Amino acid sequence: MIELKDVHKSFGQNEVLKGITASVQKGEVVCIIGPSGSGKSTILRCINGLESYDRGEISVEGLKVDRDASSIVKVRTQVSMVFQRFNLFPHRTVLENVVEGPLFVKREPRAQVLERGRALLAQVGLAEKADAHPPQLSGGQQQRVAIARALAMQPKAILFDEPTSALDPELVGDVLGVMRKLADDGMTMVVVTHEMGFARDVADRVLFIDGGIIVEQGPAKTLLNQPQHPRTQDFLRRVLHPL
Amino acid sequence: MKGFWHDAVEFFPILMSGVVLTIVVTIGSLLLSTVLGLVWAMMRVSGIKVLSMLSASLINVIRGIPIIVLLFYLYFVMPDLGVTLSALQAAILGLGIAYSAYQAENFRAGIEAIDKGQIEAAQSIGMGWWLTMRRVVLPQAVRIVLPPYGNVMIMMLKDSSQASTITVAELALQGKLIASSTFKNTNVFTMVALMYLTMSIPLILLVRHFEKRAGKK
Repeated sequence: MIELKDVHKSFGQNEVLKGITASVQKGEVVCIIGPSGSGKSTILRCINGLESYDRGEISVEGLKVDRDASSIVKVRTQVSMVFQRFNLFPHRTVLENVVEGPLFVKREPRAQVLERGRALLAQVGLAEKADAHPPQLSGGQQQRVAIARALAMQPKAILFDEPTSALDPELVGDVLGVMRKLADDGMTMVVVTHEMGFARDVADRVLFIDGGIIVEQGPAKTLLNQPQHPRTQDFLRRVLHPL
Repeated sequence: MKGFWHDAVEFFPILMSGVVLTIVVTIGSLLLSTVLGLVWAMMRVSGIKVLSMLSASLINVIRGIPIIVLLFYLYFVMPDLGVTLSALQAAILGLGIAYSAYQAENFRAGIEAIDKGQIEAAQSIGMGWWLTMRRVVLPQAVRIVLPPYGNVMIMMLKDSSQASTITVAELALQGKLIASSTFKNTNVFTMVALMYLTMSIPLILLVRHFEKRAGKK
């Protein structure tokens, strides 16, 4: 349902994506791993049009992603995003954050949306925080609200941009737990992450990106347990055994 | 200060009629400058080059002309171009335009202070430019903008006295008229000063309240 064909992207002189070709099937969980600055996040940001790309083509459910076209709204309502720094709206309550998109973008009936919003908060274990404001929550709670906000759009896929990187270690588990449940329920997910355990247990496929290209890809367990490419081997050694 | 209380009682009704006009001019030009300032600021951050350049040059032109000259222009020059304004209309228009430049810069600073992640989050749930502004950016920018906005209100109250130069009979002009006909300069202008101060104090307290609230977040 998500297709990337030979996607190139430069920031000024710096070419961060040098021809990315990949696809994500419906119901699939794909993890993208790689060193920082390798272009992982840029791929996600191109998929929902937060960044433009210079060459190649990206499509979502057959719809071309073009951030300057009005169709981008359609793409974004089908593919939600969860950010590293949560990016919740601090001036609105937790429940208001969750229902903002369905109410004001999709213009769904209020009562129905509120009910769904509460159900989603319960699903991520935060039903009792509905009326709190985001700054009153821990990072892990905020990220779970952000996931509920993404789900409220009833997307066909969710993009996760290092969802646990800004969290205290003891809060990571709650967020990963919610994500694992989503994966079990069949949600299509693309996850940029440094959590190799999550990638191994939950992902169907892993892409290893370095220097703007896909160096190696394959089934999660195969790639993480028996990496073929020396750069993959080197990266995984550094991540799994930093000392 | 001989017979201050006696004079105070005698001149109070006349000066109060000036106070009413001062308040009308202040509120009128405050509203106008707020609306215009918002328009200039939105043009500036619209991301559309023509609009943002137009807004930037407008702001510079307005900022570069003294308020008093702007008032003279509206009141004395516009009739030659076929547009006749009453003194009150010209005063509100002139002060409103003059202050819109400062309002615009204040609003823009508030808008640009909003974290870029907020805008990305809004876009990622499918919001367009206007919805992002209305639902996400402006409500947060208001908190940042309010303390300087309160200061603009105080400055505006005092600068409304410039309307006296185009015959608007507000507080300063009423004071001048009484003083020049009675020669009781000390008593009259002390009263005028006290009346401006009395009107400023609630605004000063309001600014303090805004600052406290902004500091809490």
